[in-house]
Amino acid sequence: MFWLAADVLRRGMLVQIHITTSDGVPIYQQVVNQIKFLIASGRLNSGDELPPIRVLAAQLLINPNTVARAYRELETAGIVEKRRTAGTYVSEQGSPLARRERVKILAERIDTLLAEAIHMGVSIDDVMKLVQQRHDAIQSARNEE
Amino acid sequence: MFDSVPSSASPIVEIRGLTRKFGDKVALNDLSLDVPRGGVFGLIGGNGAGKTTLIKHILGMLKAQQGSVHVFGLDPVKDPVGTLGRIGYLSEERELPDWMRVGELIRYTQAFFPNWDDSYAEELRESFDLDKKARIKTLSRGQRARAGLLVALAHRPELLVLDEPSSGLDPVVRRDILGAIIRTIADEGRTVLFSSHLLDEVERVADRVAIIHHGQIMLTASMEEIKEQHRRVTLRFDQSLDRPPELVGSLSSTGQGKEWTYICNGEMSQLRNAAEAIGGTVVEEAALTLDEIFISRILF
Repeated sequence: MFWLAADVLRRGMLVQIHITTSDGVPIYQQVVNQIKFLIASGRLNSGDELPPIRVLAAQLLINPNTVARAYRELETAGIVEKRRTAGTYVSEQGSPLARRERVKILAERIDTLLAEAIHMGVSIDDVMKLVQQRHDAIQSARNEE
Repeated sequence: MFDSVPSSASPIVEIRGLTRKFGDKVALNDLSLDVPRGGVFGLIGGNGAGKTTLIKHILGMLKAQQGSVHVFGLDPVKDPVGTLGRIGYLSEERELPDWMRVGELIRYTQAFFPNWDDSYAEELRESFDLDKKARIKTLSRGQRARAGLLVALAHRPELLVLDEPSSGLDPVVRRDILGAIIRTIADEGRTVLFSSHLLDEVERVADRVAIIHHGQIMLTASMEEIKEQHRRVTLRFDQSLDRPPELVGSLSSTGQGKEWTYICNGEMSQLRNAAEAIGGTVVEEAALTLDEIFISRILF
């Protein structure tokens, strides 16, 4: 039903976060990182409401205090803000930080790519060529759509 | 702000110098433990570590041979009415009266608890998909656990005690149990004490953890402290070494040649200084899972 979907959206319940306990990263840190990622990749925008602490805790099956700590960290970093109407929202001034986050995320991916290239004995020049080729392939596929 | 943080007020469970022997076997050895009010307390330990024996003392099912047990400030053996009426309990065996139907179990349990919440019980029954007319003995293992959970929760206990609640259950039922734990503490002031050997579950939901081993508490701290104070650190030395040099704060070490990896307990800045003092450089450091921390504490 439409009104139901709208209600869910308004409450910001569609946040896609996945928690793992297999690599030792503290859970609050995973929540912080993934919300930053969602903002940087444009899936959460300025003014969007984050789910209430209890709702996100129940969704992710994690301790509500952990969610509260993640929200506190995001608030201190100026990425989200509390409003008087008792909700947590993505801040307006999120964009410069979002840019830094974007660069950081891409840099991590590039590091992984370069590490694999070194293992496979592929030179940096060939990697650059391949990146260009893939870019061209994606562009031409888009143009055909 | 969220307000079910474990409080500094008097603990909900207070155990002092508790010793329990079964014949020659020492199950609990001069054990002391405080469970603060509010939040989720995870009790972890291997098979036979003493978790269930400890929980049975909290419920007044076993009398302290030495030492003392207080729950809500009361002795659960002397005052079962004052304590058990405020505790919800689910055991690993999930002992339930097999001959009853689900509806009868609910009415029967309700009679013991003045605070029983009918609408909450009905809500749980529906969300757990439990048929009122089904006989307990015909329930699947998962449905049996859900029935046990329902009667443990529906009187909205101040203290919810779960002994290995997830043991032998499929992931769907385990989700229901974790969800119930989270809902229970989301109501202000309520406390969950649960024992488990599934440490990923404990890491998800516990505010505080105690590691029990050979009937003693090896470590008790907040989850935050435990995670922050244990790290895996890899050191590189100038020369190849046959054995790793002693690193202050390390619990165990593995490696060969120039690189040795330590499981450490301590602040990162202290560890860096300690590494420098023995001529090593930190080349890698990582957080540990609760599982890895538990193993390093128990085995070394």
